[in-house]
Amino acid sequence: MSDVAPLLEAAVRTATPLLLAAAGETVAERAGVINIALEGCIIAGAYAAFAAATANPVVGYTISVVAGLSLGALLAVFVIGLRRDQIIVGTALTMLALGLTGTLFRARGEAAAVVVPTEPPAAIPILSEIPVVGTALFAQPAIAYVAVVLVASLWWWLQRTHAGLSLRAVGDSTEAARAAGIPVARVQTSAVLFGSALGGLAGGALVLAQAGSFAEGMSAGRGFLAIAIVALGRWRPVGVAVAALVFGGAMGLQFVVQALGWRVRYELVLMIPYVLTLIALSMFGKGFAPAMLGRAVPSE
Amino acid sequence: MIVALASSGELARVLDAFWRGSLGTSSAFFSGTLVRAIPLTVVGVGIAIAFRAGVFNIGGEGQLLLGAVAATVIGLQAPNGLGAGGVALALLASALAGAAWAAIAAVLRARFGVFEVISTIMLNFIAADLVSYLVRGPLQEPTHVYPQTELIATSARLPRFWPETRLHVGILIAAVVGIGVSWFLKRSAAGFRIRSVGASVSAARVAGRVNVERVSAAVLIASGAFAGLAGGIEVTGVTYALYENISPGYGFSAIAVAVLARLNPLGVFATALLFATLEPGALGMQRDAGIPSVVASVIEAVVILIVVAASGDVFRLPVRKLLLGRTSEAVA
Repeated sequence: MSDVAPLLEAAVRTATPLLLAAAGETVAERAGVINIALEGCIIAGAYAAFAAATANPVVGYTISVVAGLSLGALLAVFVIGLRRDQIIVGTALTMLALGLTGTLFRARGEAAAVVVPTEPPAAIPILSEIPVVGTALFAQPAIAYVAVVLVASLWWWLQRTHAGLSLRAVGDSTEAARAAGIPVARVQTSAVLFGSALGGLAGGALVLAQAGSFAEGMSAGRGFLAIAIVALGRWRPVGVAVAALVFGGAMGLQFVVQALGWRVRYELVLMIPYVLTLIALSMFGKGFAPAMLGRAVPSE
Repeated sequence: MIVALASSGELARVLDAFWRGSLGTSSAFFSGTLVRAIPLTVVGVGIAIAFRAGVFNIGGEGQLLLGAVAATVIGLQAPNGLGAGGVALALLASALAGAAWAAIAAVLRARFGVFEVISTIMLNFIAADLVSYLVRGPLQEPTHVYPQTELIATSARLPRFWPETRLHVGILIAAVVGIGVSWFLKRSAAGFRIRSVGASVSAARVAGRVNVERVSAAVLIASGAFAGLAGGIEVTGVTYALYENISPGYGFSAIAVAVLARLNPLGVFATALLFATLEPGALGMQRDAGIPSVVASVIEAVVILIVVAASGDVFRLPVRKLLLGRTSEAVA
């Protein structure tokens, strides 16, 4: 039983950035745009939070959001403005962000070893005292609660508001949405910006709530995992949240294995989330995609 | 980079460092730049065929690593005195291993509709972890000090042209691959099917009676074979051993190589050479002018974006198929 609590705690903690990124990607994909630059947004947000080196987490997170947004703005210009291929542009932007953050990080030289103050866990009174699950679920950094509230609001917004309906219409049938008077390009641009902002925030959480430092390529494929999580969650916020938690657990295993001293090769444990993605996508990843996902927008 | 340039205020010194690191001296050109152009060409040709068919193989890096593993395993076993047979066997194994690694993504796509961009990227991470495991575990050199394998047998090494440079016979393989694939795409029926699938899935299916899924799978596997071969060439021609950072991101740079060549296998020669100057040039800058070498991937990304923005016809694909679930395929 003592093994369950640390695993659950690590699962929730590592799930937080995945959940943030996947929630943003859900919005972008429901509007028909697949943000392959999400990985880039995460690493950009992570570096920004690290470089800001502020003791105030709100400032740190704000800067990481701005970093994600700027990459998202580039994606929007190419994909929505110029109507270029979403996959190639997204891949290039991810390479750009990985290279740029690596360059800036190495250029810091000796200063690179700086440790950033991490956000302390904010324990919720009473709830955090529940045995086993208490500390795991209710003594997390504040960003974890933000992620949960965000996903709940997102569900409500997508399903229950007129704006959410318009967004889904754009992703399911661009032509029909345009005929109904929905400003397609504006909706898609907002969705991409929202998604990349959350990608940046996810990167911020990686540094400010988990690592407390920066390493080259520390996003470690989380952006692509988040894209897979969106498909596994069937493009619905609640499903996405469940899938993010499962993957958070898979990524958290590496910390747990170290902590518990299990005799498993570390490199093999690191593979688990990626192998799990392939298995899960082939079992549950079919269907339910927005019909216009990944297609160039037809001209007006 | 701009900050670094402004702060050092010595643009001339930076450019001089780049020049001497890439083209300026014969040893830099023959031992550095040309040697790096070989894997970039071979992977780049594979990426070009895949992208031509609208299949986004982002997994060149992982396929290359699997090829490197296979060549190492064969190379370690190969008895000396096997002649050219050892190298041939190692390279064959590397192409098969790369193809097999890509085949995972191809099968997942054909059978379960798994989007190849995600699966190939996941396979990249798995391959990197696998190499880490192998060079610290089963394949580690006998003293168990360094995270690398023993050197492969001399019979499994590609010969060099001149003993004083690192340029090896792999450059001829790269030439054969580029010219062969170019001919295949232009002149053969299968090449026509590949191009037709990339141009329009529905037209290929309806008018050409092309089995789109079969073509997509074949192209992805072939693309993996080339990336694997590049890994094998790297091991048998340059490193003679397997270690973790055996590839400085050739699989990703090759995407820039292929895109800048506008997916033309013959053009890949020129663009591979161009990008091959980047990395050693940037390393020279790091050595002499203190500019980090990762700047090369920034330049690659910017080049892709500029080419994609400037040449809309190739990279604006209005009826692209995207295999994310059956809904989208039905519409395609």
